[in-house]
Amino acid sequence: MCLAVPTRVESLDSAASTAVVELDGIRKEVSTQLLDEIAIGDYVLVHVGFALERIDPEEAEKTLALFSELRAQETEA
Amino acid sequence: MKYVDEFRDRETAQALAALIKTEVRPVRTYRLMEFCGGHTHAIFRFGIIDLMPDNLQFVHGPGCPVCVLPAGRIEAAIKLAEENDVILCSYADLMRVPTGKRDSLHKAKARGADIRMIYSPTDALNIARNNPDKQVVFFAIGFETTTPPTAAVLKTASAMQLTNFSVYCNHVQTPPAMAHILSAGDAKIDGILGPSHVSTIIGSHAYADCCKQYQMPLVIAGFEPLDVIQSTLMLVRQINEGRSDVENQYTRLVTASGNTKAQALMDEVFELRPLFEWRGLGQLPDSALRIKLEYGDFDAEKRFDMQEIRSADIKGCICPAVLSGISNPDACVLFGTACTPEEPKGACMVSSEGACAAYYAYGRHR
Repeated sequence: MCLAVPTRVESLDSAASTAVVELDGIRKEVSTQLLDEIAIGDYVLVHVGFALERIDPEEAEKTLALFSELRAQETEA
Repeated sequence: MKYVDEFRDRETAQALAALIKTEVRPVRTYRLMEFCGGHTHAIFRFGIIDLMPDNLQFVHGPGCPVCVLPAGRIEAAIKLAEENDVILCSYADLMRVPTGKRDSLHKAKARGADIRMIYSPTDALNIARNNPDKQVVFFAIGFETTTPPTAAVLKTASAMQLTNFSVYCNHVQTPPAMAHILSAGDAKIDGILGPSHVSTIIGSHAYADCCKQYQMPLVIAGFEPLDVIQSTLMLVRQINEGRSDVENQYTRLVTASGNTKAQALMDEVFELRPLFEWRGLGQLPDSALRIKLEYGDFDAEKRFDMQEIRSADIKGCICPAVLSGISNPDACVLFGTACTPEEPKGACMVSSEGACAAYYAYGRHR
């Protein structure tokens, strides 16, 4: 029920509070009523036809970097 | 797929799991509750459970809205659909959940009731706009992830003065259920893998009081396999160090304060119900939402004078114990015999994220 997918914002209609998002070639119109700032090219989490939150690209990179660090720790151990 | 594939890398998963095996202390066990059904499925679907040491166990939590909805609420919806000239709109997950009388929305639809499966609450709103001569009711369920979209369509319906649309509100809240499980203590857990997308909305602060009161380590974890394994490692480290903090692994989507715009929208439209029944957990105070008086015209319970119905669970079904983290699905005599995804007897087998469905799909031969 809480499953949601990361999609890329392709276009925005700020008057209607909607966006067209894309995932693996599939396009869908979703509501952006729950978000203030959103731009074309952003990745947003979509759930039941609503963009719930913007994915923070810097935080995602940090998590991936941490995976690399942990892998290094494991190799040492 | 960006933000998916890189969080499913096999070699990283094996390396992180190897660290967990190195760091767990052999003298003790680690019982970790994954609160969400989404986590339960990730654990089985990606084989995470096979990478874990023997003394680390996952205990399945109540984070499946379809599973915790008492059957009486579904019976009330069936009654509404059959006795009134309405179009009832429901998420697909609910359609096959059996009531105590072995009825379901699906069967009611087969008998002729106008019950429609929808993907988004916006679909229900559009059905109402396209059928001005019919009353359209949206059967709203879900935790905090799913609640803001319902609030958004209620607000839109109000702005549009749509008189033929209403919501049967069954939205429930995560922190009270967590507090209940921790205060009962029956699940005997050492740490919690905290909700992913619920936390996107409510923020990591929402668990602070509960974890402090029960000195329970909690790590908010994403739904991808590397998220789950890294969060498990973080929990093992907290337990080893004797800490009980709220930590956030899912920083790309969860902040301390959450989505404040969504929270404001929920506050505008909904208020706490004094008491609400959860399957498995019983009557919990301040654990669910109802529509505020200002939006009362859109409350289906008021518009159709819907009455509470008590419905017993099907005999032998141990869904309540499964949802409380006390029993695993394979302890149920019905599991895999009388109760299968094709012929479900309990909600945990119906919902695609129920613990019984996960055991059946990925782990029944273990």
